[in-house]
Amino acid sequence: MGQETLIEAIRAKLGDAVERVADSFGDPVLILRPAAVRAAMAALREPPFDYAVLLDLTCVDFAASEGRFELVYHLFSLGRNVRLRLKASLAAADPAVETLVGLWKNAEWLEREVFDMFGVRFEGHPYLRRILTYEGFEGHALRKSYPWRLAQPRIPLKDDV
Amino acid sequence: MSGIDFVTTRLETAIGWGRKFSLFHYPFITACCGMEYMSTACAHFDIDRFGAGLTRFSPRQADLLLVVGTITHKLAPVLKTVYDQMLEPKWVIAFGACTVSGGIYQNYAVVQGIDRIIPVDIYIPGCPPRPEMVLDGLLKLQDKIQHQKQDWRWARKP
Amino acid sequence: MDPLMRIQREARPESMLLNMGPSHPAMHGTLRIVLELDGEKILNSECEIGYLHRGFEKTCENKTWFNLLIYTDRLNYVSPLINNLGYAMAMEKMLGVTAPERAQLIRVLMSELSRVSDHLTCLAAMAMENGAFTVFLYMMKAREFLWDVIEFTTGARMTTSYIRIGGVRADLHPGWQASLTTAVRETRKVLKDVSGLLDKNSIFIGRTRGVGAISKEDALSYGWTGPCLRSTGIPYDVRKASPYLIYDRLSFEVPVGELGDNYDRYIVRMREMEQSLRLLEQVAALIPDAAPLAGGPVIEPAEAIAGSRRQRTGGRIRLSPNLEGYEKERLAGLTALDKPAALGSPASLIAVPPKEDTYTTMEGLISHFLFFMGGKGIRPPKGDVYFSVEGGNGEVGFYIVSDGTDRPYRLHLRAPCFHIVSALEQLIKGRLIADVVPTFGSMNMIGGELDR
Repeated sequence: MGQETLIEAIRAKLGDAVERVADSFGDPVLILRPAAVRAAMAALREPPFDYAVLLDLTCVDFAASEGRFELVYHLFSLGRNVRLRLKASLAAADPAVETLVGLWKNAEWLEREVFDMFGVRFEGHPYLRRILTYEGFEGHALRKSYPWRLAQPRIPLKDDV
Repeated sequence: MSGIDFVTTRLETAIGWGRKFSLFHYPFITACCGMEYMSTACAHFDIDRFGAGLTRFSPRQADLLLVVGTITHKLAPVLKTVYDQMLEPKWVIAFGACTVSGGIYQNYAVVQGIDRIIPVDIYIPGCPPRPEMVLDGLLKLQDKIQHQKQDWRWARKP
Repeated sequence: MDPLMRIQREARPESMLLNMGPSHPAMHGTLRIVLELDGEKILNSECEIGYLHRGFEKTCENKTWFNLLIYTDRLNYVSPLINNLGYAMAMEKMLGVTAPERAQLIRVLMSELSRVSDHLTCLAAMAMENGAFTVFLYMMKAREFLWDVIEFTTGARMTTSYIRIGGVRADLHPGWQASLTTAVRETRKVLKDVSGLLDKNSIFIGRTRGVGAISKEDALSYGWTGPCLRSTGIPYDVRKASPYLIYDRLSFEVPVGELGDNYDRYIVRMREMEQSLRLLEQVAALIPDAAPLAGGPVIEPAEAIAGSRRQRTGGRIRLSPNLEGYEKERLAGLTALDKPAALGSPASLIAVPPKEDTYTTMEGLISHFLFFMGGKGIRPPKGDVYFSVEGGNGEVGFYIVSDGTDRPYRLHLRAPCFHIVSALEQLIKGRLIADVVPTFGSMNMIGGELDR
């Protein structure tokens, strides 16, 4: 299937979960409604689309400029050798979305990382705990509002060296 | 009492000689410098010819703590614990720019030099340092160990 | 956050909780595995990562596009040139630039050298932890030859920052064919020796065959890519599936395993190294000898700079094409220097302007300043891009969001070993403590990539 026909087929299947389709330097991007993310992903995992691999899940902080967090999912279909980017915008005040745990096994760690770095809550996640920073770290490091050099030492440091 | 001084000086030389040529190191490896540590320890550059080749994987059995690679705030308590578990006499080499001063990373996650946590004897800069630089640092440490003075107050009559 | 980990809350009262790491000899890289044990048998485990989280993504938001190249080296630090390549190609996709042919050939050469070093280091460490110390020494010896080739060309053994946006930093060193031939020959010898030592070794097979096995469906569900996925039987390789650079013109095979256990991962890596050596030979044959620089009197640099104060310098200035400066004629083959735009305008800048111009002409000096100054320099268009290359561990992807300024708005690395290590808890469940070591070793966890 050519790229356009594939995107049309996906749009037809997902219905109103897709808000719009964009193009980014040659790659197609589907913008989803946040409430419909899990259902859309489940549909994409099944035949005929067969996106068997969740390549990546990350987030971009547009809170200051546009008042939203944008979740970015990258799916990969091994059989068709085709990648797909999907985005969903979450409100900056309390960003939350349904978890993908249960569909793909790496979703657990990927979502923990997004929670750690951005504070996005994943409803239904069995173990939403910080993964890259440590217990006692306050704040979410990759948010634009978190100062780059604000360290939170765990043990007292000698500063007069 | 110059007699005792002659003996203690000779003993210091002997103790220094013995310690410097039989360093058991504990490689606390975290990051990229670990690759250069592997090169230094292997056949081409060979740290063993300086007597420091025996790697002990327990802090109780080591006397040289080789901190190799970036130390983050998450790992800092672990480093302190490992250092505290080592027995005297012990020395620390800060291997690589990240351990010396945080290196190219100055942000929320990285400790800006391990001397904020533990006392350091030798600093080896480089990102990563060439194995020859590591051996140079090791020789400087051996020099330092040779000239360390021991505490002989117990031997002198009061 | 709950101070207790999940395994502490859920462990049976009669079992023992043992900590492996974060500073442990067999954990290459820092990672903590908390094991719930019944004697030596692992009932459950939990992995804690993040001990090398160095704030790469946050740092990149605060550095210019050119400056952050050095941070990409330190991601997968056993194959640093491949990370450079991934970043450079993602930026080139965004800027709409293609590197010249010679630069692409050199990039492939450097990538394959890095790939072989990566696999050598992984297998050497894995073998050493299983007791085969000789294999470690042999493979490190081979790695030194490969690093020699990299060092003579790029100036550094490991963290090189050599592959840049638009091309490469400088040309291959004179005499590169000889050093490359030596490196390939020595590596082949070492691979043959190691193969003889480990392939049919009953101790090694006993420790790795059947241990840490994973099925195809699970591997895909975990997002595995690279040699670990190929060991399960799925022949997915980014170089074949979405060829970049000139891989579609080169012939190489993609080795696959069957069971997805540790022994298969070892065999797949050994075979991949052989394929990479084949690729190196093919690329070396394809790189044309650099044409001798056109005649005309050669001016020494100091003389040229002094003379340029009074008049524009004619003639060729003698600089070395191999990192001490550029020869402008060679440069066209090494870097897509500028997009068609007025010289000196920010739109034209992709790579460092040639030194001959910088030190002897006004426009060159201005270009140099405009490239390096904060607030100026490379300006990609707004938008986001994802590009992936085949790294030592699998698909290394860069997701870059640009808002048109001189810094990234967001830069994210799709780390292959993040997904591979997320499966560790499943792979060691029900096995013995001693099985953790080869399983973890064969996964090739690199802390810089896992934790970013």
